[in-house]
Amino acid sequence: MGSRSSHAARIPDVDSIRRETGFSQASLLRLYHRFRALDWNEKGYLSRVDLQQIGALAVNPLGDRIIDSFFPDGSLHLDFPGFVRVLARFRPVDDEDNGNRDPKEPEPLNSRMNKLRFAFQLYDLDRDGKISRQEMLQVLRLMVGVQVTEEQLESIADRTVQEADEDGDGAVSFLEFAKSLEKMNIEQKMSIRILK
Amino acid sequence: MEKVTSLVPESCLLILLGLVLGGIVLAVAKKAEYQLEPGTFFLFLLPPIVLDSGYFMPSRLFFDNLGAILTYAVVGTLWNAFTTGAALWGLQQAGLVAPRVQAGLLDFLLFGSLISAVDPVAVLAVFEEVHVNETLFIIVFGESLLNDAVTVVLYKVCNSFVEMGSANVQATDYLKGVASLFVVSLGGAAVGLVFAFLLALTTRFTKRVRIIEPLLVFLLAYAAYLTAEMASLSAILAVTMCGLGCKKYVEANISHKSRTAVKYTMKTLASCAETIIFMLLGISAVDSSKWAWDSGLVLGTLFFILFFRALGVVLQTWVLNQFRLVPLDKIDQVVMSYGGLRGAVAFALVILLDRTKIPAKDYFVATTIVVVFFTVIVQGLTIKPLVKWLKVKRSEHHKPTLNQELHEHTFDHILAAVEDVVGHHGYHYWRDRWEQFDKKYLSQLLMRRSAYRIRDQIWDVYYRLNIRDAISFVDQGGHVLSSTGLTLPSMPSRNSVAETSVTNLLRESGSGACLDLQVIDTVRSGRDREDAVMHHLLCGGLYKPRYRYKASCSRHFISEDAQERQDKEVFQQNMKRRLESFKSTKHNICFTKSKPRPRKAGRKKKDGMANTEATNGKPPRDLGFQDTAAVILTVESEEEEDSDSSETEKEDDEGIIFVARATSEVLQEGKVSGSLEVCPSPRIIPPSPTCAEKELPWKSGQGDLAVYVSSETTKIVPVDMQTGWNQSISSLESLASPPCTQAPAMTRLPPRSLVTEEPQAPLNLPSDLRPSFAFPPSLAKAGRSHSESSADIPQQQELQPLMGHEDHTHLSPGTANSHWCIQFNRGGRL
Repeated sequence: MGSRSSHAARIPDVDSIRRETGFSQASLLRLYHRFRALDWNEKGYLSRVDLQQIGALAVNPLGDRIIDSFFPDGSLHLDFPGFVRVLARFRPVDDEDNGNRDPKEPEPLNSRMNKLRFAFQLYDLDRDGKISRQEMLQVLRLMVGVQVTEEQLESIADRTVQEADEDGDGAVSFLEFAKSLEKMNIEQKMSIRILK
Repeated sequence: MEKVTSLVPESCLLILLGLVLGGIVLAVAKKAEYQLEPGTFFLFLLPPIVLDSGYFMPSRLFFDNLGAILTYAVVGTLWNAFTTGAALWGLQQAGLVAPRVQAGLLDFLLFGSLISAVDPVAVLAVFEEVHVNETLFIIVFGESLLNDAVTVVLYKVCNSFVEMGSANVQATDYLKGVASLFVVSLGGAAVGLVFAFLLALTTRFTKRVRIIEPLLVFLLAYAAYLTAEMASLSAILAVTMCGLGCKKYVEANISHKSRTAVKYTMKTLASCAETIIFMLLGISAVDSSKWAWDSGLVLGTLFFILFFRALGVVLQTWVLNQFRLVPLDKIDQVVMSYGGLRGAVAFALVILLDRTKIPAKDYFVATTIVVVFFTVIVQGLTIKPLVKWLKVKRSEHHKPTLNQELHEHTFDHILAAVEDVVGHHGYHYWRDRWEQFDKKYLSQLLMRRSAYRIRDQIWDVYYRLNIRDAISFVDQGGHVLSSTGLTLPSMPSRNSVAETSVTNLLRESGSGACLDLQVIDTVRSGRDREDAVMHHLLCGGLYKPRYRYKASCSRHFISEDAQERQDKEVFQQNMKRRLESFKSTKHNICFTKSKPRPRKAGRKKKDGMANTEATNGKPPRDLGFQDTAAVILTVESEEEEDSDSSETEKEDDEGIIFVARATSEVLQEGKVSGSLEVCPSPRIIPPSPTCAEKELPWKSGQGDLAVYVSSETTKIVPVDMQTGWNQSISSLESLASPPCTQAPAMTRLPPRSLVTEEPQAPLNLPSDLRPSFAFPPSLAKAGRSHSESSADIPQQQELQPLMGHEDHTHLSPGTANSHWCIQFNRGGRL
């Protein structure tokens, strides 16, 4: 996992990354090591294959989609700032984030909306800003497995879309998506403690 | 009264009631008659409460907070015990405790160990009424359950030290004490898990003996308790783990009825035990011969347990918050400190002390009683206002939605994936691992195949939502139902489990239950509509499961009474349905759904003579059908059920219905209304055919099909659709519970309804009914022709053109089900 002796200063653009993501120095260092370890042939960037080699991701039903979300806009290379930027969404929300934040600044990456947006784009494959019934069905098919029949899946998908759909267009927009989860503590559910 | 119970926790009232009762008994009998016996308490009163809490423990929440719970349970209890004991000893050294309390450091430590443990019964009783947020509740409550191991060990170790005498205690004994902590707690948990495994495995094979399922749950859980108790392990931990571990698999395996039985029996037993415990606590306290008062000891103990509890919580929380994603804030800590209630466990333990070894026992008893009463009454009374005043986050009850369930799963997967990417094997990683292991091996091993197939959480939520919607619809008496209301999210509710595939089967004809209802709604009005809608919902949403689940119980244990009553209900429903469809038929609407299975009709003549006689006291009336709208004959066919039982799951049929429907051509309007009087149902409304029904002949019929999915309906499914039916029914079966063979009760026809002795196959009326179509008693021969002799050939011939006609008018051809034919033949031979 890279040498322990390496210093945060060796990370390129460390300050701007820190400002953007809010990660602590230690977390950035840890992520940098991880990045380097994943980049096993030292290309300086990660490709899809690098991430696909993580064994546990292969058995994650959403693994491929999550890997894809590391590569926005069909790019093939993932550099360290991009890597960190994706992971920054899972940084726990602490009080500083909400308290003395300049309202003019863009929303921090780990805000509730950004966390939700990450989840949303896993559903919204065609990037049209809506989860259609078909997209919902695809996700369900991934997650539910074979024990539920196709018809049952369809009726679940129907109902799920119906439940969240408020404007009656037969699809779930991002706002509707966020609304359906408004009772859930997203800040807590979509955070990983070690990513301080 | 309402005000009293909302202000005062039940446990307080019970203790006070116990005090009064005890006082009366004492005044009358001059001596205390009853008291809380430790043996009774530990053997009979405690297990149901612990089992209840373990079984219904929200496992996800529990494991999410396991770290905090374990810390508070182990470290916190040890801390409380030692500091309280030591402080009391210090108090004695300082001379604040009267010298007549003869106790050394070890005695005080022993006392500290029994008084320090937070009591699950008291916590549960008070916190259930306070409704703090789940995290806070699970931490306090989980602590109170898990600290049992620590308490037991501490108590036993200290007790043995006291018995040995402090001089004889050597270093190895302390080591043994520490080791026994691990043995007792881990051993208790292991015993619980072993029994959980056994229990899950056993319930996998109870398909044919549904009635013993609840018994098994209680028996094995209690066995876990006794085993752990015998081996001097932590019995509470064993039962908790047993309940926690087995629930997922047991719930999947046992039938719906058993699930309800387990749930309510468990809750009832637990609350009974809780009531008795608090009452006995009150009663026992009156017996002044048992205790001796020392103000210094009592006040000191009260102060110390409160102080050290608070201090311990603050210290531990500070450490824990370094590792917690969501730190516990100050308000949480206040509630946690204040919620450390002591209860009956402490009391039972102190009663168990040996007076010869511990001379200060009486003082300890008095102190314990005061502490228990103080915590339960004073703290129990004040914790609710405190929680309100501090604005502690309350638990929010919101109904599960499919979106939440689905997205929550998504989040879990995302977090596990992100942990993988980050390369940190944290909680999510291990949970993911465990779930995969569970899915691959444990569930395969412990769940019956059908249950495993259907046991998906998302699916489960979907199913529960459906049930809930159906129930709430019915509860609201159909008032919320309008044609628009039905298309709201609740709409799929009627397409529950089996129906999804059924409706799918019928999709080519393009109609659903709601469509049908809407159609009816738009035309009918007022009460008629409400009644009809409610009726539909009852049939589709409520009645069916109940009926079906009934079938899953062993026939030997269901009273004929209940069966008959239920069958009567079904009969009435069918009657009404027939009437409705009949009315529609008059308007040249064909009903694919009401086509009978021929095999029943054919078989019946041969083997059902006794049944027929029993059912029909009347002479054969071949012409009767001309007067009747519908003739429904339910026949008991036990023999057949037995023979079929091994075959498929769908054979949980309750009875066989023979439907004969007169042709509308023969009947005039007046006759129809006349026939309506025949029907026993008290509120049958002759439905008027709707516009849509008139124009779209398939509409109402298909809609009915989707609505009235019950095993009953299988009887009237067209031959060529029975494949689909069988599939859907068996899929429903696997969800509900595999059926047992069951003796169908005989539904007697109400005296006024006309009965034909001759079994009659109900017939779908073609849309263009021919005037010549008489309804012969021999319609059944259409089916019987498979197996019976040519005795009925003329009638058969009479029928055949009709059948043929029907087949190509509105039944999709080519899907005749050979399976049913086989069954039919078998039935015929019987």
